Amino acid sequence: MGAADVSSPYPEPPHVISGDTRAVVLLGAQRFDPSLADAVAELGVEGKIAAITAGWQEREEEDDDLQEHLGGRTVNLRLHARAEEVFKNDPDLQAAHRERQAILRHRQDFYRIRLEHALDAQHVIANRAAPKDILDDEARASIQAIRDIDRSHLERCVRDHKAFEERWRPLERPAVADQIGEIAEIVKDCEAIAIAGGHVASLLNRLRMFDIAKLAAGKVVFAWCGGAMAVSERVVLFHHSPPQGPGAAEVLDEGLALVGDVVCLPQPEFRLRLDDRERIRVMARRFAPATCLALPARSRVTWLKRGPKDPSGVLALRDDGMHTRFEVSGGGGIGS
Amino acid sequence: MKRSMRPSSASMRAAPKSAIQQLIDSRPDAAKVDRFLEGRSIPIVEGPAVTFVWRGEANGVSLRHWIFGLESGSALTRIPNTDLWYLTLDIPHGSRVEYKFEIHRSDRSEWIEDPRNPNRARDPFGANSVLQGEGYAVPDWVRPDPTSRPGLLEPFGFHSKAFGGMRSGHIYLPARFRKTRLYPLVVVHDGRDYLNFAVMKTVLDNLIERLEIPDMIVAFTDSPDRIREYPNDERHARFLTEELLADLTHRLPIIDRPQARCLMGASFGAVAAFSTAYRYPGVWGRLLLQSGSFAFTDIGKTNRRGPLFDKVVEFVNQVRANPVPVSERVFMSCGVYESLIYENRSLVPLLDSTGMQVKFVEARDGHNWENWRDRLREGLSWLFPGPLMFIYE
Repeated sequence: MGAADVSSPYPEPPHVISGDTRAVVLLGAQRFDPSLADAVAELGVEGKIAAITAGWQEREEEDDDLQEHLGGRTVNLRLHARAEEVFKNDPDLQAAHRERQAILRHRQDFYRIRLEHALDAQHVIANRAAPKDILDDEARASIQAIRDIDRSHLERCVRDHKAFEERWRPLERPAVADQIGEIAEIVKDCEAIAIAGGHVASLLNRLRMFDIAKLAAGKVVFAWCGGAMAVSERVVLFHHSPPQGPGAAEVLDEGLALVGDVVCLPQPEFRLRLDDRERIRVMARRFAPATCLALPARSRVTWLKRGPKDPSGVLALRDDGMHTRFEVSGGGGIGS
Repeated sequence: MKRSMRPSSASMRAAPKSAIQQLIDSRPDAAKVDRFLEGRSIPIVEGPAVTFVWRGEANGVSLRHWIFGLESGSALTRIPNTDLWYLTLDIPHGSRVEYKFEIHRSDRSEWIEDPRNPNRARDPFGANSVLQGEGYAVPDWVRPDPTSRPGLLEPFGFHSKAFGGMRSGHIYLPARFRKTRLYPLVVVHDGRDYLNFAVMKTVLDNLIERLEIPDMIVAFTDSPDRIREYPNDERHARFLTEELLADLTHRLPIIDRPQARCLMGASFGAVAAFSTAYRYPGVWGRLLLQSGSFAFTDIGKTNRRGPLFDKVVEFVNQVRANPVPVSERVFMSCGVYESLIYENRSLVPLLDSTGMQVKFVEARDGHNWENWRDRLREGLSWLFPGPLMFIYE
């Protein structure tokens, strides 16, 4: 038996998966109390599952627990190791890749400097006393300034990627194309793709390198933690209590955009101060109209062609600084 | 309306008596003192009130501490008919204070650690007792953690042309060191002391394991004559930048960018780090300066700290006259109980004005190695954020 019928009766909602993917399931952390097998069973996936653990980097192949949890039917695509092989066989591409990464690091540094100042300004203004209508207007302006910085950063990243791809045409280079061919052969026999978390930048890089978004066509995609971030439109790094002081959430890059209009925030138990209304408010407003979804352990939501379905344990950040259970309205749109 | 003459119960309620006052009120004898001390944590911390106690025969007992602004040598009072001495001080929340007792006897005085306080801090001159005030806790990341993979410390020897002699130290390599990867480099002044008294290897192992800093290579350097070589010595700056950095970059997989190079030090070591960066602007992209001895004068050249500081004053005056960006990010820390807090606070806006990113952290602590230890996490992770923001498992 193949995958269950995952078509949806919902009318057109704003939050959709990319055209070719059958379904995308976003899950909370799987390390200690995995719920992936339940999700796989509920969607009727009984065939092989291509596993992507590239976010674990050198530990990529230490996937025994995942194998066991899914009844031994995973095939690890070894994207991290394959990337190493690509670099070994194509030193020019490796050098170009390193150069691009250095550029992106600079971009991220400069973006962070601008962002921190804008967030500081927002904080100062939010704590001033003034007539409400003025404060509301200024609060909107503060958020807009932050959004402009985010947008401008993202545009620069996209421009850098585009320049890299136009110059080096990585997908057409034999070292990459051969690997993509092998991966495609494996994925062809799989019903689903499971994308684990880990180092989200490294994972995203490998997903892009081997054009996984294209290979996901017709498949069900299960993604958790860094994997969930990578398959969304926009990857946002966040931690409200890092050791170096108050943490500012920062946009890293575009994701694969297999699901639209959500920002995935895994491990909120450790990373988000959900009781800090100002921070939650800023996050929700900053990334709107995308919904910020906190994905605690054992949480799950399935994205079908026309929108999300059956969210369980997922939290939505609200623009008033509160958070509520993420719920899907009758029409398949998002409510909270 | 009849107005009650009785104030509210809250305002009537007298502040609870301190433990030592209760003892005094009980007109204690030796047996009561025994019972009082049995199992009690010493010093006695009751909110901001801290009571130091010492028991024994003496002509007098004084508290010796290194809190700038609070008189040292305050006398403890003997409780009548006992051999118990005490002194109660108000100590602000979160304070950590190193101290000794000075015991005065007829023929001599001696400084001793508090025999009833197990908390002690070692330093190059010996050890002190430590008062952990209300709200202070030893950070968990300074203790050895069996789950943290230990890095390697390897000795190195180096012939310096600048100094015309051998220099030595230790190189720290992270647990997962691989020659095919590239790492940031931190060069530490007074390396042996940072290792021995600020447990910096343990700190590095733990912070790396917790993803709070990246894997990094750390060179722990030492000077045979730090008082002469650390305050803005051209030879020292040349040794670090043209010799040691060049050698390490040649031998080890170090990221060859200023953003990946850090100089750090405490006290005169901070002066050495900053003055080296000042002589080689743009080379060292990160500075970690702890309780820097940044003495200066606003007029004239005479400073109150004596001739040892003359070269420091000359250097800092020069910086104040001509502040220029020499690095990208500067983390500074200083204890508020140090006399140097004034100099450090003064330097912050000056450095900030150059366009360098400056973060300054104050702590309720003194000029000592455990203060510097306790600030390492915030400093290192601000200069070199670890992969914590990138890893979501």
